[in-house]
Amino acid sequence: MRAEEPRGRYAKPATTKVEPLTAPLLVMRDIDKRFQGVHALSTAKLEVAAGEVMALVGENGAGKSTLIKVLTGAHRRDGGEIVFAGEPVDFASPQDAQRGGVSTIYQEINLIPYRSVAENVFLGREPRRYGLLDWRRMNGEAAELLRRFSVAVDVTRPLMEFNTAVQQMVAIARALSFKSRLVIMDEPTSSLDEREVGVLFDVVRQLRAEGVAVIFISHRLDELFAICDRVTVLRDGCTVLESPMAAMDKLRLVAAMLGRDLAAVRERSTGFRDAAGAAGGEVLAAEGLKIGKKVKDANLEVRAGQIVGLTGLLGSGRTEVARAIFGADAPDAGTIRLMGKSVAPKEPSEAIALKVGFCSEDRKVEGIIPDMSVRENITLAVLPTLTRLGVVDETRQRKIVDRFMARLAIKASSPEQKIRELSGGNQQKVLLARWLCADPRLLILDEPTRGIDVGAKAEIQSLIRELADQGLGVLMISSELDEIVEGADRAFVLSDGRTVADLPRERVTGPTIMAAMAHTDEEGFVGGSDHG
Amino acid sequence: MVEARMVRPRGALPDVSGLLRRYPALAAMAALLVFNFLVTPNFASWQTLNVNLTQVATIVIVSVGMTLVIATGGIDLSVGSLMAISGALAPLIFLSSFGRAHEAVGDALAFVVPVVVAGLFGLFNGWFITRFKVQPIVGTLVLFIAGRGIGQVMTNGNLQVFKNPTFQFIGLGRVFGVPFQVVIMLAMVALAAWMLRRTLFGREILAVGGNEKAARLAGVPVARVKRRVYAISGLCAGVAGLVVVSINSSSDANLVGLGMELDAIAAVAVGGTPFTGGQATVVGSLLGALIIQLVRYTLLANGVPDAAALVVKGAIIAGAVWSQQRSRAA
Amino acid sequence: MNALLAFLAPGGSMRLLARAATQRVMIALALLIIFGALRYDHFLGAFNILSVLQYNSMFALTGLGMCFVIMTGGIDLSVGATAAMASVVSAMLSPYGILPGLIAGLAAGLAVGVVNGFLVTRLKIQPFIATLSGMLMASGAGLLLAHNQSVSVSYDTDFTSLGQGDWLGFPIPAWIALVAYVYGSIALNFTAFGRHVLAVGGGEEAARLMGLPVDRVIFATYVQSGLFASLAGVILAAQFGAGQPAEGVGWELFSIAAVVVGGTLLTGGVGSVATTLAGVLLLGLIFNVLNFENGMGWISLSAYWQSVVRGVFLMVVVMVGPGVSRRVAATSAAPAE
Repeated sequence: MRAEEPRGRYAKPATTKVEPLTAPLLVMRDIDKRFQGVHALSTAKLEVAAGEVMALVGENGAGKSTLIKVLTGAHRRDGGEIVFAGEPVDFASPQDAQRGGVSTIYQEINLIPYRSVAENVFLGREPRRYGLLDWRRMNGEAAELLRRFSVAVDVTRPLMEFNTAVQQMVAIARALSFKSRLVIMDEPTSSLDEREVGVLFDVVRQLRAEGVAVIFISHRLDELFAICDRVTVLRDGCTVLESPMAAMDKLRLVAAMLGRDLAAVRERSTGFRDAAGAAGGEVLAAEGLKIGKKVKDANLEVRAGQIVGLTGLLGSGRTEVARAIFGADAPDAGTIRLMGKSVAPKEPSEAIALKVGFCSEDRKVEGIIPDMSVRENITLAVLPTLTRLGVVDETRQRKIVDRFMARLAIKASSPEQKIRELSGGNQQKVLLARWLCADPRLLILDEPTRGIDVGAKAEIQSLIRELADQGLGVLMISSELDEIVEGADRAFVLSDGRTVADLPRERVTGPTIMAAMAHTDEEGFVGGSDHG
Repeated sequence: MVEARMVRPRGALPDVSGLLRRYPALAAMAALLVFNFLVTPNFASWQTLNVNLTQVATIVIVSVGMTLVIATGGIDLSVGSLMAISGALAPLIFLSSFGRAHEAVGDALAFVVPVVVAGLFGLFNGWFITRFKVQPIVGTLVLFIAGRGIGQVMTNGNLQVFKNPTFQFIGLGRVFGVPFQVVIMLAMVALAAWMLRRTLFGREILAVGGNEKAARLAGVPVARVKRRVYAISGLCAGVAGLVVVSINSSSDANLVGLGMELDAIAAVAVGGTPFTGGQATVVGSLLGALIIQLVRYTLLANGVPDAAALVVKGAIIAGAVWSQQRSRAA
Repeated sequence: MNALLAFLAPGGSMRLLARAATQRVMIALALLIIFGALRYDHFLGAFNILSVLQYNSMFALTGLGMCFVIMTGGIDLSVGATAAMASVVSAMLSPYGILPGLIAGLAAGLAVGVVNGFLVTRLKIQPFIATLSGMLMASGAGLLLAHNQSVSVSYDTDFTSLGQGDWLGFPIPAWIALVAYVYGSIALNFTAFGRHVLAVGGGEEAARLMGLPVDRVIFATYVQSGLFASLAGVILAAQFGAGQPAEGVGWELFSIAAVVVGGTLLTGGVGSVATTLAGVLLLGLIFNVLNFENGMGWISLSAYWQSVVRGVFLMVVVMVGPGVSRRVAATSAAPAE
């Protein structure tokens, strides 16, 4: 008996019932979870019916992952009840939940790359004969399972030989081999390209047809509208909205996530605005780039004061092109001109000397130095210039750090705080500051807002615009159409390693970009959009 | 300057209990000292201090280089073998006909050449590891195996006995009553600690250990940093090799530096440098070596056999690392 | 038939990665044997073969235990000290017969393995440090038990036959090693345990989320390594007629070298039992060949050259090796490389 006050403005009293379409498979009610006294969840509520795809959305920190972890037993809840298939449950661990019929497909695919597809499906429950492994049966059953999703692969090959989409299918096949009745997909599309998303959606639809319930977590609103039946919105640890997807539109959804009035949500979905002035001189020109197997013939140009979008499906060679320009990988052929000079940088340090900066798409793996302070992370690239006879001039270092922390509004307890303790958005700002203090003329940003919550995202986007207006040349790689359409002054589209379109500002629209992306293959584009 | 300090979150006054919590090695050291002052007879003497410092000096000198290597996320198994090479080379030089004919030059070369050679072998480690992208354990295993053999081949496995006061000052001399090797040890610790904190190279070492890919993309010359770190580790081993042979007045390539790699690694681990790289404390390694030595001394001075001290040493290493991990996780 | 194939090339997904390594090590071993056979008269003589097998069986055993530990992504520095301690314990109990001596030795190894496993899985200490302290403890315990000197074994019982005896014309230590490797091969390729070892090494967090008993698997590999190392220690005592508390120095690094030469990745996740044996034999035969070379009197290489040659050999293996470790270390390596 707990007397919990409804906290959120939208929070409904626990007694009010939203009648589900069928008897709900999962009911989570009044979920309460505290970390060191601070509420991460309070009066959180989630109901999912069998054969239903439920979208779970909210800003970073709204409590989505905490709610899922409470459900699967990764966290213990402090209050509330969970009923699954008509019975109260209290899973002790994700493994326990899996045995109970609740499987989770994690964002970064949690399988073993070296092991075969079949092994990955059956690890932990290998079929045996006479006490020894029955390889034939294991391989046969794995192939059979995957065939259900029209995935025909040699299941004896190591998983690492296959692309992300197949790996995701293997993870789902594994989940289903547990006879799961509820599958949780946490950002399953974050590393899939549009075509692969289509394949995944087919699988989700098939699950739905088979009566499996799906909880679908994604930052990409388009996808939610394309695949989900209903949506649950979390904000500040409370469930603030629950609605059929058909009754929603994007604006209302964003408003609910942010907790703002409809009117306050701008028409635009990004923080970009139009360029202030005309573009200046050339800072980058790349012609006929050929890099390994992925990039065959890439061409692009960036001028000062311009945001140039570089886009294409996953695997089209976007990142490879950026890395080659920055000297991280060597191109096999082609020419690169930086600030008017023909160069062939072999190490990033050479490109940096020419006033080029590069923010990688993977902040954690290629961006931050986790155990170093914000101060050290900001000044890492300019450290040689702050050094006299090998000794770092800490007074100058602090001055620079203070200036950029203020300018980018980086939220940290002090410059000495370790960067790994910061939120994703603030980490990204630190990485931007790392390059800005080097006073660059060209900044290459690979997916600058991936995995960052809505508020910080708009902030970073408007900052990028501001920098370009001050004369910086920006090459922005993004797989988010909105970002390219609203942000880029010019866009290059890569398809299968070739530049297939060079679009001036007025032609940078959703349909033209998609048409260019689909250059080689008109079909297979899923994930409906309503841009332009 | 003062203002900049004030802005920093931690108070200006050293808070003793906070200090001990942040540096558990320091707390353990203090506890050991207190225990010994109370229990061990004749502990509070100049001689006890010198004995302990002397015995620990070579380990500390090697662990200075080892700390830097571990800070980059690597490890150096070859240090003991490099000590053998350096220790074999020095007497070869000053006992040669040239060394006898030009004593001053010979002695000077006997200091410089072995250290430089050991440094070059260390550079080879770094080159091998970065050029072929080999894991450091395997990369330095090569010279661990081959290095001692090289020392043995140079001397044909013979014991070299000598008496050379000039050269042996490094192991037997005293400065204001303090053994010279202890002076070297303290100087190297201070230099390395300062370098790690204040210089570009120090930040680069920690950046490489903290996230190699990110460091490279921020323009840090990763391969060069690693090569230098292994070279420094080689130089340290070279110095330690000279100290050992001059103390013994003899050089036996079969024995010099035997097992040193593990002693140095143990000192670094107990001192609080994590093996994952990116964080390092040279002073901690000094404390770590001192703790291990002091525990052994305490046990021996109180009548516990050496073999039992070995068991305790093992337990201390595990216990120290365990407690550090707990305090880091908290 | 299937079983036979599996011994030649590990089952399932391993094939692609392991084949290159397997073939290279096997070819190198074959070449060395052919070279020796053509160049030296008695290289393939019964005496030489038997003494090589007899001596290297100990390293084969420590290498096998090490191989499983390394496949989980760990390392075991204590194998040499464990062998030394086990040799002391078994020598002390040898007057009671073969079995008590053997069991006592194994119990010693079990104890060290349990300590290592506890430090690694429960206290979450990095394997390098955990087994370093395990090594010191085992070494200290051995010296304490033996009072710092070697303990002679009883010749009244058959205990020495464990190290010196023959069965069907082959040395008993070689038989023991052979049985151990047959077990190892089956365990790796045909039991869930073996697959779990590789899965844990290939991605510990993923294995945990897949519900594998990660800690239990890791624990088991350290216990197993302790047992194989102590078996080597029992053979050591039986072969040389004494428990030797100061023996075993450097065995751990030699075993690691053999495993690496055998193509098992130090990062874990990929490995093979058969090629580990090949690695042990390769390093052992280099020593053997050098002895023969000296015996021919054409050149005179001091015994000290053997470690130089071994080191250089390890270096060459790593340089021209399958390159798997390199690819793993540098996932974003430039295509030009």
